[in-house]
Amino acid sequence: MANPAITPELIAKHGLSPEEYEKALSILGREPSFEELGVFSVMWSEHCSYKNSRPELRKFPTTGPSVLVKAGEENAGVIDIGDGWAVAFKIESHNHPSAVEPFQGAATGVGGIIRDIFTMGARPVFLMDSLRFGSIEGNSEQAKTNRRLFAGVVAGIAHYGNCIGLPTVAGEVYFDESYSGNPLVNAFCLGILRHEQIARGAAEGVGNPVFYVGAETGRDGLAGAAFASRELTEESKADRPAVQVGDPFREKLLLEACLELLATDAVAGIQDMGAAGLTCSTCETASRGGTGVEIDIQLVPQRAKGQTPYEVLLSESQERMLVIVKKGQEDVVKRIFEKWDLPYAEIGKVTDDGKMRVRNGKDVVVDIPARSLADDGPLYHREAAPFTQPSALDFSTVPQADPADVLPKLLAHPSIASKRWVWRQYDHMVRTGTAVLPGSDAAVFIVREANKILAAATDCNAIYCKLDPSVGARIAVAECARNLACSGAVPLGVTDNLNFGNPHKPENFYQLRAAVEGISEGCRAFGVPVTGGNVSLYNESPAGAIDPTPTISMVGRIDDASHITTQTFKEAGDQVYLLGETGNELGGSHYLLAIHSRKEGAPPAMDFDKEKAIHIALLGVIRKGLVRSAHDCSEGGLAVAIAESTFGTGLGALIDLGATNDRPDVVLFNETQGRIVLSTKASDAPALEKELATTGIPFRKIGEVTAKADLSIKTGSNAYSWKGADLEHTFESAIPSLMEG
Amino acid sequence: MRVAVIQFPGSNCDTDCQAALLSFPGAQAGIVWHKETSLAGYDAVVLPGGFSYGDYLRCGSIARFSPIMGAVRGAADAGVLVIGICNGFQILCEAGLLPGTLMRNNGLLFRCENLHLRVENANSPFTSILHKGQVLEIPIAHGEGSYFADPETLKKLNANNQILLRYCDAKGNVSPEANPNGSLENIAGICSHGRNVFGLMPHPERVCDPLLGGTDGRGIFQSMIEWTASHQARK
Amino acid sequence: MKAVVTVMPKPAILDPAGVATGRAMEHLGLKGVRSIRIGKSIEIEVDGADEKQLHEICHDLLSNPVVEDYKLEILS
Repeated sequence: MANPAITPELIAKHGLSPEEYEKALSILGREPSFEELGVFSVMWSEHCSYKNSRPELRKFPTTGPSVLVKAGEENAGVIDIGDGWAVAFKIESHNHPSAVEPFQGAATGVGGIIRDIFTMGARPVFLMDSLRFGSIEGNSEQAKTNRRLFAGVVAGIAHYGNCIGLPTVAGEVYFDESYSGNPLVNAFCLGILRHEQIARGAAEGVGNPVFYVGAETGRDGLAGAAFASRELTEESKADRPAVQVGDPFREKLLLEACLELLATDAVAGIQDMGAAGLTCSTCETASRGGTGVEIDIQLVPQRAKGQTPYEVLLSESQERMLVIVKKGQEDVVKRIFEKWDLPYAEIGKVTDDGKMRVRNGKDVVVDIPARSLADDGPLYHREAAPFTQPSALDFSTVPQADPADVLPKLLAHPSIASKRWVWRQYDHMVRTGTAVLPGSDAAVFIVREANKILAAATDCNAIYCKLDPSVGARIAVAECARNLACSGAVPLGVTDNLNFGNPHKPENFYQLRAAVEGISEGCRAFGVPVTGGNVSLYNESPAGAIDPTPTISMVGRIDDASHITTQTFKEAGDQVYLLGETGNELGGSHYLLAIHSRKEGAPPAMDFDKEKAIHIALLGVIRKGLVRSAHDCSEGGLAVAIAESTFGTGLGALIDLGATNDRPDVVLFNETQGRIVLSTKASDAPALEKELATTGIPFRKIGEVTAKADLSIKTGSNAYSWKGADLEHTFESAIPSLMEG
Repeated sequence: MRVAVIQFPGSNCDTDCQAALLSFPGAQAGIVWHKETSLAGYDAVVLPGGFSYGDYLRCGSIARFSPIMGAVRGAADAGVLVIGICNGFQILCEAGLLPGTLMRNNGLLFRCENLHLRVENANSPFTSILHKGQVLEIPIAHGEGSYFADPETLKKLNANNQILLRYCDAKGNVSPEANPNGSLENIAGICSHGRNVFGLMPHPERVCDPLLGGTDGRGIFQSMIEWTASHQARK
Repeated sequence: MKAVVTVMPKPAILDPAGVATGRAMEHLGLKGVRSIRIGKSIEIEVDGADEKQLHEICHDLLSNPVVEDYKLEILS
């Protein structure tokens, strides 16, 4: 079957602008082949090249004394954690595929991020996820769709993570109208390795053989353009571009086989085949190595008959790796991959001419300088619209709702309610390291083999980001750090997943720029590098773009098991303290959204100095053994935080927030930053207060933990009381009752 | 006690079991690849949890044909202790080393949570240091853990005291509410007629360390160690 | 009315269960396995439904049209 002729329509179908095509022409010095057109199209797509966002991403702080592999160098960044051990971690999105096929979209997203970690030579040890959907309440067609997407995504993550044997230990799930039609699925993975085990994706050593290992190539995920240019016959209907299906069993075998292979001396370079599969891995390894790579399509293990070179090159079949093997050591690959019963094939070699060259037997179908594809792609400086800071919320326009009704309503809001329905579907205990289970502020994981305790959290309040992206992004970083502090951890590094709309629209591009700048400020303030991450653009439908969602995942370290702290109260009689101000900022709050149906105002202020001081003070008293629980205040404010501290304990709390000029709803539900609810043994209270007094941070005793499971909160002269069992039931049953009817 | 922890393609809890066993002074534990054909020299065999062969076709249906299973059967016949945890229990049932089968959870969703088990019988190498009626808190993590056997088989299991663990509430009541997956008679773990082969869906290796939420799993492994020691002393 | 619905993964879609089962068959001595695809057979007995309704049910409920094809056979 002959390849189609290159026409302006075909070029446009491939997503290349006329200018980009001209650039390709000048690089080649001739017209591209059909296969070369496909290669340029995927390598220069936004997804692979970040052409619209790279200039902004350069603003991230990516260096530091602990950085062993920095952002952008390889598939994931690597940070030292002491004693010769290091962690490789990253977060990535699979938003658009999940909208089409939620189960497989989410599953393959998890599979992809896991490969990015073990391609660095690290053994993956845990996962997190950050998920967003439209509202799941009510019986509209959209709500039903959102429920189907939510159930499918969670089932897909569970299927892949459970089968491959990695615990999903933390995450977040938000429901907001802006995500209807554009669900967000961001998957995070962390792996452990010794410094000397760091593996790189460079094609080193001219003459070294290039091996393909893992699952056979099929027509998974092929770009529509490929298909649009074939004649549609009855046979070809069956070949229609296939949704990518993940095979976690295959990936488990691939993971074990690759780690075994990396433990030998046989590997010169290794790269996973993710987006743009064989194409991307071939030119990126060549570019990094400063060498060239030549492969023969006919040697690639294939699952379907009659695939064209174009299809094989652009296939996104899962669970495949490219391995540059040291010449003479080919038998090592054979031995290991036969043990693990996985396909493997020697498909090419490393050359010295800097080209990505693809043969189809005798014919050369692709011959492009690797660097132009991988590194010198187009770069755009998009226009950012001028931004007007939102004005502060005028409280006089907000009718005072009765806190007695508000608290249960907030606890029932799916974004705040218990996510147990989600994480009970994940095996969160496999690998026997999960010291703090899902449901607390941060996950705590003990990496047995390294004798290190890690903590991790993922956060982003997209309402704040919508109202003021710069502030929202700064808060996302601070909130992660605060969650880590509440578990007893110091921050080590950050990975980010930037989820935005169409970057050609200046207002969206402003959001991206402001978010990157806000994240950068936050990371500098907390002294943590950005180790890598992912950008997902074009998340929008005719109804509009998603709220800007720069998801932050932060990893931290806990120095001693005795510092591990959780968010729930421990014993009646324990004293409850508030670190930070009582606060009164309602702008962008869930109270305003859920009760008054308004998404407006200025988000709460972020003062990094104040915030850091509170974290440091908290860590100080945790290390002195003076803290029994710590929980940060976020959506829903103080009242929600205190209620959450009682859930699962059978205990209650008697709280008095003291005299105030503010309305009760403002005091109880404001989302002022830098606040932590802490509890301590009554006998430790004097020592705690003495210690906190030396730090200079604002703090106050606000009450005590009670044996009776009621929650009572007094503010000014208003006192409110709720039955703990009722609140807990509301919190726990909100999502199950929506999902299981 | 020298323990072989079998590693099938897709086993995930093999190193977890090994690490848990190594926390007992009386135990040595090594990983044995499924293509091996001998278990000579081992006092106990663990078939760990995970997703052998992806759980494809039926859980454990492909692993039961692994080369090592001949040796596992031989060991079981020779009275060596064999414990199948979660996927391991499924493999033992598929292989016919234990009666019955594990089916999809009645709630249809995978469930990972801590729950309670009641020791039904302490007269086995796996429960000997525990006592009848004792309540243990041990987590489950499975999508296909609903135990089923035909009425004849169930009668025999009860008559021969082969049901070692049942799902119960915190107070030890074996109730429908305490049943996480629809298992007949809340059965969580059973042993063979010869009492040396034990299968259970919950994961004792996950509760052998106080830092990881509890130590109620230690009793099962400790029982195995003491039984092995007393049998070796008698030899 | 009695009907049988057979739901199979679409031809171009990867069938991991089929792949693993095929390899297991080879290990058990069946050489020459070229392809295994695993699907579901759903047996329906229903009163007062017509074929058009059944097709809708097949499309909306019994199969996932993104990754699966179905075949509806009316028996009586």
